Amino acid sequence: MIIKLDNVSYYYKAYNDDGTVGQAMGVEGVSLEIEQGSFVALVGHNGCGKSTLAKLLNGLLIPQNGVVSVNGLDTAVKENIFEIRKTVGMVFQNPDNQMVASIVEEDVAFGPENLGVPQAEIVERVYGALEQVGMAEYAKRSPHRLSGGQKQRIAIAGALAIRPQVLVLDESTAMLDPLGRREVLQVAHKLNKAGMTVILITHFMEEVLDCDKVVVMNGGHVVKTGTPNEIFDDERLLEEVGLKPPRAVALAKKLAGAGFAVTANCSDAHKLGGEVCQQLTKK
Amino acid sequence: MLRDVTFGQYYPSNSFVHKMDARVKLVLVLLYMVGIFFIVSFVGFAFITVLLLTVILVSRVPLKSVLKSIRGIIFLLFLTALLNVFFNKGDTLLWSWWKIEIYQEGLIFAAKMLLRLTYLVIGSSILTLTTTPVDLTHAVESLLKPLRIIKFPVHEFALIMSLTLSFIPSLIEETDRIIRAQKARGADFDTGGLIKRAKAFVPILIPLLVGGFRRAEELANAMNSRCYEGATKRTQMRVMKLGWRDAVATIFVLLFFATIFVVYGMQGNWGAISWLNWLYF
Repeated sequence: MIIKLDNVSYYYKAYNDDGTVGQAMGVEGVSLEIEQGSFVALVGHNGCGKSTLAKLLNGLLIPQNGVVSVNGLDTAVKENIFEIRKTVGMVFQNPDNQMVASIVEEDVAFGPENLGVPQAEIVERVYGALEQVGMAEYAKRSPHRLSGGQKQRIAIAGALAIRPQVLVLDESTAMLDPLGRREVLQVAHKLNKAGMTVILITHFMEEVLDCDKVVVMNGGHVVKTGTPNEIFDDERLLEEVGLKPPRAVALAKKLAGAGFAVTANCSDAHKLGGEVCQQLTKK
Repeated sequence: MLRDVTFGQYYPSNSFVHKMDARVKLVLVLLYMVGIFFIVSFVGFAFITVLLLTVILVSRVPLKSVLKSIRGIIFLLFLTALLNVFFNKGDTLLWSWWKIEIYQEGLIFAAKMLLRLTYLVIGSSILTLTTTPVDLTHAVESLLKPLRIIKFPVHEFALIMSLTLSFIPSLIEETDRIIRAQKARGADFDTGGLIKRAKAFVPILIPLLVGGFRRAEELANAMNSRCYEGATKRTQMRVMKLGWRDAVATIFVLLFFATIFVVYGMQGNWGAISWLNWLYF
């Protein structure tokens, strides 16, 4: 169990119309366990608290109630924060707002520089990380001229250079075009296969297909946890939280419901296409 | 027009100038800026033009990119020149009307001022075109290090500088985007008097400012997530080493300025030797 949330709540300060200070809920009563090496997707509609949850994972926010622990370290203890941030790497939504330097390699080096890593090892880490995300050839370039997907891969490299055990992608695909989104997801899955725990926060249901576990959030609460198929099967829940299953899944279900011999939970559009073709040639 | 400001815009290349140590470049540019004010003759300016062209050629930065840096301040340059034309009196009156008098000396002075300022900007933009903002920051940090003794926050200062520089392109992009968005909703920036036009910019400034704060917060989160804790125990990937290029460039520039200072002296500015006064135009 690398990350454990126990009955965690976080409220934001909010200003009422009459000028008094009130509270706005971020997340409430969330309990969650993240296994080492797993690929977990956190889905939910805008404002459901998923980004708040992400910021609780590495101590950017400290819960008002409950405990968040990373490798057994409580995020509320100030002395633990550095160790926690070394363990949990985080990539945010807007790639432009997380670049600290105007040269790719310098940006990736920011993390290890902060850790006080010796110079020779920084170079090794930076190029290793860029290699992992397939951006090594852009090391000397300026990030401004790259595509969104490339920038986001650089941001991932920046997190990787710290050598974390967990990578949190906080809506990192939300601002990207389909191609960029695919690039980032491919990198995430590749890293996961190599042993990295990945927490993917998204509102694109297509992206949760290959995850081990899906956590659905709504109104600051975790409303369901399960495998992708379990989530897709629960149509009432999906409708309630305003999410739609991926098109391939929805189509496969309808076809299966109408009596066609297709895998009812087929998530792979190509496989589904093959099955449909087979059915058509039979008739 | 917003895109034309090349300050802080690095032009990637592998040239001699790019490979030089940023500290050396910075010091040499400062020296150049001082030196420029010791040039008093057009022959001297021809001399400095040769120097600049050589440096630009060696740096492999296209001349167009270098000249772009002036475009942003061209109005300022000509205004300065114009004022100098009118306010410098001399002996040779060329033209007068009412209270306005133009002297030959004033014209020459203004022309020289124009050249001087232009060359100042070109010189500094060669520095920023061939040096990454990060390198420049490292250079400033390194050169300011002695100030740590008086508790000056050198690292923080350098970081602020670097972040500012790296955010300029995205802020420019955002400004462009906001302008386009406001235009699409019927905002008018091009007609009306000065006050009306100034007022039209308020709807640009406010979103830009709000966006700036949002950006700053996101950046702070990203930096914190990457274990930023201030200057304590921080290391650096970039090692700054002085190489043969730095020695060559330093000697080259020093020789150049030795010449300028000698000429300046010979023209009688520092002594009585004035037989080279023809250089003074």
